[in-house]
Amino acid sequence: MMEFLADITLLADSTIRIATPLVLAALAGLVAERGGIVDIGLEGKMLAAAFAAAAAAAVTGSPWAGLVAGVGASVMLALLHGYVAISQRGNQIVSGMAVNIAVAGLAPTLANFWFHQGGQTPLLTGDARFGAITLPFADALADVPFLGQLYSDIISGHNLITYLTVLLVPGTAWMLYKTRFGLRLRAVGENPEAVDTAGISVVRLRYQAMIIAGVLCGFAGTVLSTGLGAGFIRDMSAGKGFLALAAMIFGKWKPVPTLLACLLFGFVDALQGRLQGVEFPFIGEIPVQFTMMLPYILTVLILAGFVGRIQAPRASGIPYEKDH
Amino acid sequence: MAGASDKLPWWANSVLLPILNLLAAFLVSGLVIWGLGEDPLLALSYMVEGAFGFEEGISYTFYYATNFIFTGLAVSLAFHAGHFNIGGEGQAMLGGLGLTFAVFMVGDFSPFVSIVFAIIGAALFGGLWAYIPAYLQAKRGSHIVITTIMFNFIASALLAYFLVGPLQREGGQMPESADFPDSASLMGIHELLAAMGVSFEEGPMNISLLIGLACAVGVWFLLWRTRFGYELRVVGQNPNAAKFGGISVSRMTIIAMMISGALAGMMGLNELLGEQHRLLGNFTLGYGFVGIAVAFMGRNHPVGIVLAALLFGALYQGGAELAFEMPTITRDLIVMIQGLVILFAGAMEHMFRSPVVMLFERFAVRSAA
Amino acid sequence: MTNQALAIETRGLCKRFGDVRANDQINLQVKAGTVHGIVGENGAGKSTLLKMLFGFYSPNSGDILVNGEHVSFISPSDAMARGVGMVHQHFMLVEPFTVLENIILGAEGTRNLDEAKETARAALLELEEKFGFDLPLDAPVENLAVGVRQRAEILKALYKGAEILILDEPTAVLTPQESDQLFALVKLLKEQGKTILFVTHKLHEIMAVTDDVTVIRAGKIVALRKTAETDAAELAELMVGAVVVREVARERHADDQARLVLNEVSCSNEQGQRALKNVSLEVCDGEVLGIAGVAGNGQTELLEVVTGLRAVESGSINYCGTCVSNSDAMTDPISLRRMGMAHVVEDRLKTGVVESMSASENIILGYQREPDFVNHGVLKLKDIANRAEDYFESQDVRPRNPDLNIGSFSGGNQQKIVFAREIAREPQLMVIGQPTRGVDIGAVTKIHDQITELRNAGKALLVVSADLDELLAISDRIAVMCEGEVIGTMAVEDADEKTLGLMMAGQHLDAALAATAGEAG
Repeated sequence: MMEFLADITLLADSTIRIATPLVLAALAGLVAERGGIVDIGLEGKMLAAAFAAAAAAAVTGSPWAGLVAGVGASVMLALLHGYVAISQRGNQIVSGMAVNIAVAGLAPTLANFWFHQGGQTPLLTGDARFGAITLPFADALADVPFLGQLYSDIISGHNLITYLTVLLVPGTAWMLYKTRFGLRLRAVGENPEAVDTAGISVVRLRYQAMIIAGVLCGFAGTVLSTGLGAGFIRDMSAGKGFLALAAMIFGKWKPVPTLLACLLFGFVDALQGRLQGVEFPFIGEIPVQFTMMLPYILTVLILAGFVGRIQAPRASGIPYEKDH
Repeated sequence: MAGASDKLPWWANSVLLPILNLLAAFLVSGLVIWGLGEDPLLALSYMVEGAFGFEEGISYTFYYATNFIFTGLAVSLAFHAGHFNIGGEGQAMLGGLGLTFAVFMVGDFSPFVSIVFAIIGAALFGGLWAYIPAYLQAKRGSHIVITTIMFNFIASALLAYFLVGPLQREGGQMPESADFPDSASLMGIHELLAAMGVSFEEGPMNISLLIGLACAVGVWFLLWRTRFGYELRVVGQNPNAAKFGGISVSRMTIIAMMISGALAGMMGLNELLGEQHRLLGNFTLGYGFVGIAVAFMGRNHPVGIVLAALLFGALYQGGAELAFEMPTITRDLIVMIQGLVILFAGAMEHMFRSPVVMLFERFAVRSAA
Repeated sequence: MTNQALAIETRGLCKRFGDVRANDQINLQVKAGTVHGIVGENGAGKSTLLKMLFGFYSPNSGDILVNGEHVSFISPSDAMARGVGMVHQHFMLVEPFTVLENIILGAEGTRNLDEAKETARAALLELEEKFGFDLPLDAPVENLAVGVRQRAEILKALYKGAEILILDEPTAVLTPQESDQLFALVKLLKEQGKTILFVTHKLHEIMAVTDDVTVIRAGKIVALRKTAETDAAELAELMVGAVVVREVARERHADDQARLVLNEVSCSNEQGQRALKNVSLEVCDGEVLGIAGVAGNGQTELLEVVTGLRAVESGSINYCGTCVSNSDAMTDPISLRRMGMAHVVEDRLKTGVVESMSASENIILGYQREPDFVNHGVLKLKDIANRAEDYFESQDVRPRNPDLNIGSFSGGNQQKIVFAREIAREPQLMVIGQPTRGVDIGAVTKIHDQITELRNAGKALLVVSADLDELLAISDRIAVMCEGEVIGTMAVEDADEKTLGLMMAGQHLDAALAATAGEAG
């Protein structure tokens, strides 16, 4: 029983940890697509941010410098994608993919050039990372059965960005549904012409959406390399950007359902780590390669099971052209 | 052929624009190289020398190009049907698995039989790996971009499983298969040339290059000379009109993706039957993604794709030599160039097209006057 | 004319798109507090003029004066600030938003959305009272009927302070009865001191509603009249430039041979709603059956079930005596073509042609499996090229180059190519949707003539059109559709716009006839 509880605790803790970058990236994709821009370059932005953050943190010893660098890199790429999609009216899927590939090449190149470690950045230690934060009274409550353990083992002990993410979900929802900007943003993803004739700049709204997406992805990448990990490794995003996209679709482009979807993905990822080496009745041990596949298979199942009337923002992916 | 764009002569569309795209990608990369403290022009000369300067280098250039012909054709065929096949990596991996099963099944019987079965195995497995995402897109509306990327990851894990499990070479700890039977091997081009009395340095370039070129011709014929190809292109350009014309969009999507997967799967012939003679983990090395760049640069036309594949083959071989001569620059830089080519040739088309069109119009006015 | 204050005046207004002069030296004069009609054919330049008045386009040269002052609009909000509001032909509404949200979009007044909504709600209720609106402010627009949506658009303009309202082809999607309601609203607005610019190509509306009318032709203003001092005939002549005789030879040709029979056919549309409800009709050899009705009442789905593009959920369709569609099975388009059916689609660019392909490649669409064009799976390019040239000759398509993208041909020429493609195999039944949409007036006559020739030759034709005048000109019988049902069918001699209008609004044939008889008496 105790072992079971310990397992659950560990799983829950890992789930939150793993889900953090997913939630941030998914929110980024959500904001962009609500504004009408399809962004599959979440992966590339996360990777770029992870590299920039790790590099800056390694050089300055401060994770905050890392955060600034990470967000900066991600926003620049977001603006690039925005430029291609909005001003050049190019193919948004191709542009997103191009960013992913270009970053996958550029990041290790720069890493090798600056740090000579074959494409990695130096290991970050101690204060150079966003370390675990012990919430007030966590130690005191640790012995209180159930609720106390919940608080001290699962809720406490995460890094700053994770806690920030918890606030960002309702924050994004508030932005979308309770502010003037959110109304306009949702409008421009459904019917940009209506927004244009109402005298609001479609271009400006969409760039603003991309900047927000860039910031969110910047956080996602930064937490990857300076919060969850301790440095940048080639290809470290490992498909998280695409899992985030799937979560966003599963969550129907709404912040809270998207959060739940990301938690599900995080749970499965945490679970597969836990299942390695475990003996099952009849089947025996599941080969590690198969447990590794779990998150990806889940994504496919979700996308397959979810059929028909998923309504993406109506103008999503369609470049806006005024025949002036 | 697609309708004539009355604004530009064909050579501007098919040659000038891709060259401009490439120049832009090179320019940005050159800036990065210069930022890294190296001389971009020197880097370029190393690359050119490495790709074409000596016979073994040329052999490698064509060897890499062969991979890209297959994956470029794969991406482009799917594109003509209206879909973006990003799953080339996974489909190539499965193709490699398929040909491995085939050659071990045939054994050391006859080279011809081995190779035929290998081709079938590669194409079949690659096609099947593309079938599921295609089916899900056609029947369930699942976003094919995301599913194919997921399938890339799943393929990689699957391949890893086989290589440390059932297929693993005996006695070793390496994740690779036993050597293929001797007869399951593709002749090198240098051997072919030797048989014709021409001497050429030994290298990995092998007759799968000829298979690739044959596929290019086949794809061209299929797309522009057959009823099937016509229907495929209509589906890609206007699904409503396809339905009007009695063409089943979902069926065509699935078939096109399967052919695309089969082409990607055949990439394994080059690496595994031509050079490595065994199955290796992650042998695809990202070449599935290069196919995307090659398809765009080649304007989704087989002739362009072959040329673009050659160009990227030169980039990869030249890049290897460059990494040797300038240690600060790793092969990752080539991947970056690849991404830039996709950006300029794929997404930022208009940026190059508009000024060229304007230039031509001004030139036309002047010559008319 | 010059004494009364001008709400809007333009002087020498010009707008060019490339070489095309969409608006050429426009001198418009709209008196304040009147309903001013602007009439012209499709493509005459009305839309362009409106877009400049509304701030969507910038003029190349010329001046615009609003209430006597020079203005230079860079965006619609400038125009709005000056009290110029526009109700577009294609509504500018965000579907998932409520009426309230749509109205406040761009005029929220404050960053806090809840606050903005409450303030707006109060103001809107006042406005609704004043003008007799009764709109469900919290209903999502996607659930509302077309007429209601239009009222929402008008309310939106009024809310934003419009004193000058521009209505662009407002009755295009309304039934005649809804149009009457709109006219009443326009009158009320005029009484309240608003100026209305009413743009249309329907002459009877001009006569019914406006005080003055400006006629535009080929980008230029050709006349300005007081409505009371002119009539529809004169306006038509001014609009078109020459008297267009729309009489088509009308010898009765119908056989008793029913070529196409629909029996209680029902089906659903894309959104899963019922589009056709127990529709029964027949088309005989040697006759044209016209289908009238406001767009969106099932006509599109009717065309689709007949031509193998949509499945039937109950009932059956018989062609040449054989069942081609019922709830179990549906014959595919290629087989239907081989059986002698041809289909000219409603929306040419969306469904009938592949815009990015050449004309040659487009002529085999639907026929790409016929031995004329294919031999063992391989295309017979020479034969296809020859056939394309034949089509171009017989239909006089300009320019005579089948290798050009079909998208680069004008609408009229595209339609000619499509017609050539579909009549080439001498079909026994032709199903045609909107035969002259987007087609210039010269080609319109040619297409009507071809339809009549086919009918005289004993073919059966089913024609759907949103243009009642066209249907009255070419049909032998007219069936009216409303909300997925066939309300009634009548011989064309017995039909007139009033009766048809009532039927289009849903009143059954007898009631409609009684109503019009009552009025005439």
